[in-house]
Formats: sequence, C-alpha cells, structure tokens
Amino acid sequence: MSDELVPPVVSGDPIGANPSFFDLLVRTRPELVQHSAVPSSGEALVPHGTTVLGLKFEGGVVFAGDRRATEGYSIADDKIEKVFAADDYSAIAIAGAAGQAIEIVKMLQLELEHYEKITGDRLSLEGKANRLAQMIRGNFPLALQGLAVVPLFGGYDERWQQGRIFYYDATGGRWEEQDFYAIGSGGRAAKSSLKKRWRAGLSHDDGVRVAVEALVDAAEEDIATGGPDAARGIFPTVLAVTSEGVSPVPEDRVRAAYEVVMGARS
Amino acid sequence: MSFMPYVPPEQLMKDRSDYARKGIARGKSVVGLVCKDGLLFIAENPSTTLHKISEIYDRIAFAGVGKYSEFEDLRIAGVRLADLRGYSYGREDVKAKDIANAYSQALSTIFTQQMKPYEVEILVGEISEDGGGRDEVYHILFDGSVNDEHGFVGIGGHAEELSTALKGSYQDGWDLATSVREAVKALCSAEGREIEPASIEAGVLERTRAQRRKFRRLPADEIGRILAG
Repeated sequence: MSDELVPPVVSGDPIGANPSFFDLLVRTRPELVQHSAVPSSGEALVPHGTTVLGLKFEGGVVFAGDRRATEGYSIADDKIEKVFAADDYSAIAIAGAAGQAIEIVKMLQLELEHYEKITGDRLSLEGKANRLAQMIRGNFPLALQGLAVVPLFGGYDERWQQGRIFYYDATGGRWEEQDFYAIGSGGRAAKSSLKKRWRAGLSHDDGVRVAVEALVDAAEEDIATGGPDAARGIFPTVLAVTSEGVSPVPEDRVRAAYEVVMGARS
Repeated sequence: MSFMPYVPPEQLMKDRSDYARKGIARGKSVVGLVCKDGLLFIAENPSTTLHKISEIYDRIAFAGVGKYSEFEDLRIAGVRLADLRGYSYGREDVKAKDIANAYSQALSTIFTQQMKPYEVEILVGEISEDGGGRDEVYHILFDGSVNDEHGFVGIGGHAEELSTALKGSYQDGWDLATSVREAVKALCSAEGREIEPASIEAGVLERTRAQRRKFRRLPADEIGRILAG
C-alpha cells in the first residue's frame, strides 16, 4: 500500500484528516521541502522581484505589480509576474527572492485548494492570511541569508462582505491594512503616490488607474521597478477581487488606465 | 496457547465478500454517466453536507457508496495522492488511471490482510483533455478489482437495476439536463419509489468550464429546475 493511502488511524496520526498540504509534503516527501544551505556571507545573487501594491476599492481589492526582476544591478527579467490568484477569492503579490517567492505562492495555492477539497469548505480569509504567515515564518532561515520573501495578501472576505488587505514582514509578522499598501524596492514611492490619489469608495476603473499611477511613480523613483512600456507592450499585472471572485484586469484596460495617467501629465 | 481453527482460503474470501456485499447492499446507489457536457455523478443522498460525490483533481472526480467513513478515508487518500503527484511532477501528470490503481492496491490489501474488508464501491472518473482522448470511468470494488466502464455505470445497493434501466435509455451525446433527468429516472425505478429533488446529490466534471478545476456541484435549485423542466 502506498504511503498516501494508509488510513490516518492506522498510521497513528492525530484523529481526523489533516487538511494541510504542506504538512503532508513534510511528512511524506521531506526531500522536496528541505532548505539546502547557501553561503551566509553576503546576499546570494538571484533574481529579486520588486514593487507590488494592493488597495481597496468599492467592490473589493485591486492588486498590481510591475514586471521587473533584478539580479544585483542587472535586469533579470522584464516580463515576470508577481501578482497571482491564491484561490477564487484571494490574491497574493510578492516582493523578494523570485524563486523562493514563486515556491511560496505555489505552496499557498495548493494549500488552499487542498484544504478546500479535504474539508469541503473554503478557508476563511483570516485563516488564509494566518497560514501564509506561518509559511513566511518557515522561510525565515533563508531570509537571514538574503533570500527574504515578503508578500502582500488580500481578497474578498465572504463573511465580512468586504475586501481586506494584509501585509507581512520576513519573520512572518502579519498586519491588516485598512486602505492600501505597497512593498518592494519601489514600495515607498508607490505608497506616497497612493497616499495622494487613493480615497474611500473608488470605482473599479479608478482603482485600476490609481494602482497603475502608483507603479509609474515607483518606476520613476526606483531603478529596480519597471515602468509600463507601451512600445514593447509591457504593462503591470493587475488583479481585482470582488464578491464575484478573482479576475485579472485585461491588458487593454491597464493600457487605457496608463494612457489616462500619462495624458494627465503631458 | 490457543490455536486458530483451520479455515480454507476459499471460505475465508467468500465470507469476506458476502460481508462486504451485504454492507454495500444496505446503502444507496450512485450513477456515473458520460455526456456531451462532461461526466456526471449523481446519487440519492438526504444529507447536503456528507457527500458521496467529490472533486479529486482538475479533471478527476470521485464517488463512493457503502460505509461513509470508509469511502471518505479513500477519498481523502485520493486527494492527497493527486495533490502530491501534481506538486512533484506537473498538473497534467495526475491521471484517474493511477488513482484507480492506487485504490485498487489499497482495497486489495485491506481485503486480504485486515480483519474486516471495506464495505465500499467507488468510481473514479476523468474527462479528456480538449480535443483528444476519451473520458475514463473506473469502478473499483471492495476487493480491489477494477473495471473500466463505458458510457454509464451504476454502483451500490441497486447497481444491477440501475444498469438495466440505463441500458434501455442511454444515448451518447446527451446534454447535462437530459442526463440528470434520465439518471434520476433510473434511480427512482431502481429504488421502486419517487425520490425528492432535494435529496439528489450531483456533481459534474464540466468540459465547458473555463476554470482549470472542472468539477462543479449542482446546487439544489438547479437540480430542482432541471427536474421540473
């Protein structure tokens, strides 16, 4: 009988099915989650993702991120994605060591899907945010070696019937943000921009525009943040989460928002 | 020191089979049906929270009859197996065939090595990738034997009656609504009584669904509407 098919009671686990995919992986395939040691002197030269932000609007939350990854002073990639749907009602945006971050996103997505399938219920938004905090805490040894991953998480809370945003630090600390938040190397500039433009009860389109403008501002202040590039057709990734679920904002709408922002400046 | 009396293996296996069959015969049945819109699993189930039909993976669904605790155990093990496979390799490498084989191995081991066999029968179904392959439905019995089913299948207490009823009516290429109506008709005729729409549980792997995860539970009001229409 394969490991996965040993009934819990027979295998001596605590009673009841553990709905965590991560625990299952640690138990049955520990080699897949082992953190191999990296040189502790100086930061490992790996791609880093940069500016991402989240803000609330009338119907939920908007998450957006630029498309650049840097490796020291080089641009590693100008088209990466840093904003993802975590499940049908939540989104995660990441800044930090790209490889590590993608792994955490993948693990969170699986964790939420696995929980949903095992128990038949979706985790509460609070529960998802807490689970992510534990996963970030698990990455702390690597964070000390320069492979920190800092996410921004949020979504539509089906019980509270509103959008919510959570931000984290590299130790797994978790705080809820009321209006908007931005992280990454251009996060400070993006936040300054949001402070001026954001107001309560933004419409969907205004939310997208404010998010794009904040990324444009961040790209102007921070070398590691890639601004929208109309000539090459590179635009920020934007996701909206409402009571209807997660939906990517199509590129033509992001482009339109960008044109409005640039039009107002010329 | 006590000695176990000698029991011939034929007798042992027969006793266990009889025991498992009796357990399964007491429970309700499930119908699995391939249709134009996908793969439908449908059952009589008075509970709206203790499911007989569930999602295993993107294109794979599960249905169980018999003892709830036992097929629930198997369902969870199947989800674990699928998610681990998908994580270790790729999502498209998770196949109903592999899960059915794992179930078969597990049930066969339980049947021969444990005091009491599982009193369950299960279905594992997978819809094909767009424009290629065929839909697969595996029927796994309490002793680990597997059947590869085509078109439709009934399992549980009234499996034979269900098969007879569906054999007369089943047509390739039904849409979802027709499939639900015909399957409920078969369930009613097998049970020999009317079944309330409220106690029908149905889940479908829907080909047309845009999401990666194709499984969808049919809500009670949709079932009611289909059966009324």
